[in-house]
Amino acid sequence: MLDIEGLTSHYGRIQALDGVDLTVGEGELVALVGANGAGKTTLLRCVSGVQPVTGGRVLFEGKDITRASPHTRVALGIAQVPEGRQMFGPLSVEDNLRLGAVRRKGPKVADDLERMYERFPILKEKRRQPAGTLSGGQQQMLAICRALMSHPRLLLLDEPSMGLAPLLVREIFDTVARLKEQRTTLLLVEQNAHAALGIADRGYVLETGRMVLTDTGPRLLSNDRVKEAYLGL
Amino acid sequence: MPPVLVELLQFLFSGLASGAIYALVALGFALIYNASHIINFAQGEFVMLGGMVTWVLLSQGIDLPLAILGAVAVTMVAGLALEKLAIERARDANVVTLIIITVGAGIFLRGLTSVTLGKDLHALPAFSGNAPIDIAGATLMPQSLWILGVTAAIVVALHVFFHYTVVGKAILAASHNPLAARLVGINVNVVLLLSFGLSALLGAVAGILIAPITATHFEVGIMLGLKGFAAAILGGLGSGPGAIVGGLLLGVIESLGAGYISSDYKDAIAFVVILGVLFLMPRGLFGKRGTERV
Repeated sequence: MLDIEGLTSHYGRIQALDGVDLTVGEGELVALVGANGAGKTTLLRCVSGVQPVTGGRVLFEGKDITRASPHTRVALGIAQVPEGRQMFGPLSVEDNLRLGAVRRKGPKVADDLERMYERFPILKEKRRQPAGTLSGGQQQMLAICRALMSHPRLLLLDEPSMGLAPLLVREIFDTVARLKEQRTTLLLVEQNAHAALGIADRGYVLETGRMVLTDTGPRLLSNDRVKEAYLGL
Repeated sequence: MPPVLVELLQFLFSGLASGAIYALVALGFALIYNASHIINFAQGEFVMLGGMVTWVLLSQGIDLPLAILGAVAVTMVAGLALEKLAIERARDANVVTLIIITVGAGIFLRGLTSVTLGKDLHALPAFSGNAPIDIAGATLMPQSLWILGVTAAIVVALHVFFHYTVVGKAILAASHNPLAARLVGINVNVVLLLSFGLSALLGAVAGILIAPITATHFEVGIMLGLKGFAAAILGGLGSGPGAIVGGLLLGVIESLGAGYISSDYKDAIAFVVILGVLFLMPRGLFGKRGTERV
């Protein structure tokens, strides 16, 4: 579904990605792990089209989208839950959700809202409050729901568990696992490598802009190099 | 009513009328500032174009309502063209560069107007006559009522637009968090284009409303633009309610200052206000105070 070939990207003169290859098959959950500054977020930003690509290609369902605008990609079915949640703080919870569906038309949006509220009742309770007043965990739920409102076929999740209490981290991973059951294709970036590789079909390890390892989730978990570098074992 | 109060009422009337104009100009500044952090120094030229184009169309024998519509349309085209041809092409440049582009655009529009339409002063006819209305001894011109009424209608329309329509909310979203806006699929170039178009509309309306009172001229936008900017600073740059309150307040302060101190200082008052705000409360009256948990 997603094919990244030889992707390079720069911030000014600093190279963030150096010839990265990655594929995500339909219905797969792929985890991307790596240290801070390895280029994980940059990679997701390139897939969403909010970071200039300096070389290589990004293909979505066989179609070259390397130069496509971000809103075209959302319409094609790529949504991202960005790092740091990125709420529209002064707008209400419900407005944040509705804006998630801004590329879609039709009356189905209201049904989707109800489905999101069923999944996370706290969001319904607080739907008239400014999103910026929610707690970190609630904002993360909202960020995921906002992305789901666009009916993505590929969901990119950037550090969804960052800065959350352990109980909430579990809830986030449960949510991710449920999305996988519903056949949503997922690319998950996580600093929590153990939990991410634990639920992933396959994993990639990124180090300073280069892809150094790729294997199935369980095999990466038992890989000595991964254990030492990312699992603290 | 005692003459002192009548006099005060008179000053308030004229202050509120010019204040409403400043509020419209300030709203134009706020719209573009929110969408892009650009301070559009061509905002005053939108005001000028509104008045001047209305005059040209009137002089061609076109009826006033049609002339007004035509002038608003021409000004909006100028605003959209400024965004499309100059701002969007330099979108990756820093904000100061973009602001300087708007300064240049303002000079260009002034020059173009003086070359094509001349440098004369033109008065528009008042929309519904010049018979003053007597209120408790003070007089109110019908044009002032037009100004206040149209401004109120525009404020209500903007409120509805930003709070009850998806497009309005998308503009708010893009101004608050451009990255998240792009990630949910909002086309930020369209948002910027819309905000320039809307700002041009607000400027044109302000210029048309004030032209029967102060007359219009190719350089009328310089002072009105600066006054609107002062109002925006006073209210808190980027705040809608701030622009309205700042505009009305500036109009009233100016009118009281001119009435009680000296009308020679009328134009200086706006700049004293800018300095005062920047020294004492740089965020203005309604400036952003974040309520965000991270």
